[in-house]
Amino acid sequence: MKINSYLLSILVDDEPGVLSRISGLFSGRGFNIDSLSVAKTADQNVSRVTMVTKCDAHIIEQIKKQLNKLINVITVNDLTDKKYVQRELSLIKVNAQPEKKAEILRIVDIFRCKIVDVGLSHYTIEVSGDREKQDAILSLLKPMGIIEIASTGAIALARENA
Amino acid sequence: MKLTGAQILIKMIRAEGIDTIFGYPGGAVIDIYDALAKQNGLKHILVRHEQGAVHAADGYARANKSVGVALVTSGPGATNTVTGIASAYLDSIPMVVFTGQVPTALIGNDAFQEVDIVGITRPCTKHNYLVKDVSKMAATIKEAFHLARSGRPGPVLVDLPKDIVQTAVEFKEPKEIVLKSYRPNYKPNKKQLAKVVEAIARAKRPVIFAGGGVILSQASEQLTQLARMTNIPVTASLMGLGAFPGSDPLWLGMLGMHGTYRANMSIGNCDLMIAAGVRFDDRVTGNVKKFAPDARIVQIDIDPTSIHKNIEVQCPIVADCKTALEGIIELIKEKDAASFSPDTTAWHKQIAEWKKTAPLKYEQGKDVIKPQFVVEKLFEVTRGEAIITTEVGQNQMWAAQYYHFDKPNHFITSGGLGVMGFGLPAAIGAKAACPDKIVVDVAGDGSIQMNIQELMTAVESKIDVKIVILNNQYLGMVRQWQELFYNKNYSSTNMENAPDFVKLAQAYGATGLRCTKPEDVEATLLKGLNTPGTVIMDFAVDREESVYPMVPAGGAITEMLLV
Repeated sequence: MKINSYLLSILVDDEPGVLSRISGLFSGRGFNIDSLSVAKTADQNVSRVTMVTKCDAHIIEQIKKQLNKLINVITVNDLTDKKYVQRELSLIKVNAQPEKKAEILRIVDIFRCKIVDVGLSHYTIEVSGDREKQDAILSLLKPMGIIEIASTGAIALARENA
Repeated sequence: MKLTGAQILIKMIRAEGIDTIFGYPGGAVIDIYDALAKQNGLKHILVRHEQGAVHAADGYARANKSVGVALVTSGPGATNTVTGIASAYLDSIPMVVFTGQVPTALIGNDAFQEVDIVGITRPCTKHNYLVKDVSKMAATIKEAFHLARSGRPGPVLVDLPKDIVQTAVEFKEPKEIVLKSYRPNYKPNKKQLAKVVEAIARAKRPVIFAGGGVILSQASEQLTQLARMTNIPVTASLMGLGAFPGSDPLWLGMLGMHGTYRANMSIGNCDLMIAAGVRFDDRVTGNVKKFAPDARIVQIDIDPTSIHKNIEVQCPIVADCKTALEGIIELIKEKDAASFSPDTTAWHKQIAEWKKTAPLKYEQGKDVIKPQFVVEKLFEVTRGEAIITTEVGQNQMWAAQYYHFDKPNHFITSGGLGVMGFGLPAAIGAKAACPDKIVVDVAGDGSIQMNIQELMTAVESKIDVKIVILNNQYLGMVRQWQELFYNKNYSSTNMENAPDFVKLAQAYGATGLRCTKPEDVEATLLKGLNTPGTVIMDFAVDREESVYPMVPAGGAITEMLLV
């Protein structure tokens, strides 16, 4: 079976334990979660869970059905083959020795990132974009020495017809 | 009118048409028990272990075609319900379990008898709740019952902190339940139904495969009608026994690991399978790659997750079994006989041959009682009218094979989870629901000891259950596997050190009978069934008798060991 990456956008009741119902479903049935992001929507009673999961076509059908079966899950939208915008946000704390500072700033400029914290020997860089962009900037910053990273995981919305 | 949380609980259970609940008191539910003792609309049966309460609620739900209710205290009371809840979850039994909880202010503090039962039961309930506001109690209970009985039924747990049940609040009748995220689909797609009718018209080798879903949706009549009007033979899973009359000439017997040869061969060779209310459990399919290789499969199920889970099907119908079967019957009735007369003569001839080749069989000699003989005699003397519960293992399979169920809701067994110790409390629940029925627990000497304390419940509550122990002094099914696949290395399956079941029955205030000779089997059964009160009938049976036919785990269901 061919393993694909799937992007699911799930609306859920904003109630205690909902996330645990979803993560428990995945661990209990042996499904994988690559990334998971949860936050409130415009409706105070509804949260959006954006999830990336890797599996084969048969399993993704089960995943979607099992998610739908959870009482607190309102809708499951598989964005994978649809038009959508997707972003991830990373904060990257990178070692910034005096001789490397100019190069780091150049990379930040090329990738249209922001420096959000500066120290004597580090920069913290905010990167927003898709996974490819995150991977690209990481590979360029790696030689400088990455101290720490915090990442959000993917969030996404389907595109509306123009 | 102001009511306490405890009073609201009782009122809401009554409003669901439930007259009996099963439970065990404790500190966190003492207020509920106080309220229970001050009313007489809701009967409470005091069990001797919380696991028993849940299995009894399971038996009650199945015999009564309604929802079973259990009430237990927090902490250990709650954790003791987990096995029963998991069993009800796998068998899709409508049930609501109320657990006490420490007061809301103490939750999370590792208080005395505190446990996160909502967290623990999340994967084995259809849904669960922690009530944190007494004003939401009535609506939550109503929602719990709605979820338990609608769609694919299942157990729902409601956790009730002690301060919530103590608090009084103005009672308001809760509104009708509307859940935006839960709308089970009952109505079948008409086009899919038409495809089924076409497939039946073309099929040369059709089979109907009925599961527990047919019984849950009370669709036995429709299933039987469809089979008879189309002359299609019927098999069933363990959970589906009774969905189609066992005395009907179209009956093939049970399917699967210990199914009949003709049922398994029919599935292995059919060109059309109409599967209703089944989930294609591994005990039914064996090796999935070799399961019904030539068949076009129609699957009717109310739960979309059951479809394409283990077996790929060509015609899925997400709907209530009863509504879907009614739809198919209507469409067939619209056809004229000339255009709808499937030719299945050769298929029926083939099935008759399979039946002759390898029928269910055993040989009852003069000296040692065969367990199958006991079950067959039990069927005879009860004229097939009894409600049969079982424990798990050989006793369960022999009951399934040799008690020929003609009606639904008469066979109550822990099918999915396979819980030893299920049969006795389930029998108590079934008898509480149907006091006019004979209720018999077909047990093994191993499993009966797992919830033997419930004898006291039966005796105290005057719920007369009859227990038939097929006593082979082994954990028979495990021993059978050890014999077949582990060189007869009978590791930890010898049960020779057992209590005297006759004396044990007497110690609990029940009647105990023992039978060691084949010629006494019928008399012992008659005596036991006719003796008022709860009775244990202990039959010393052939120690190394095995359940046949058998499909070794993972094998194709058509490759059976036939004695």
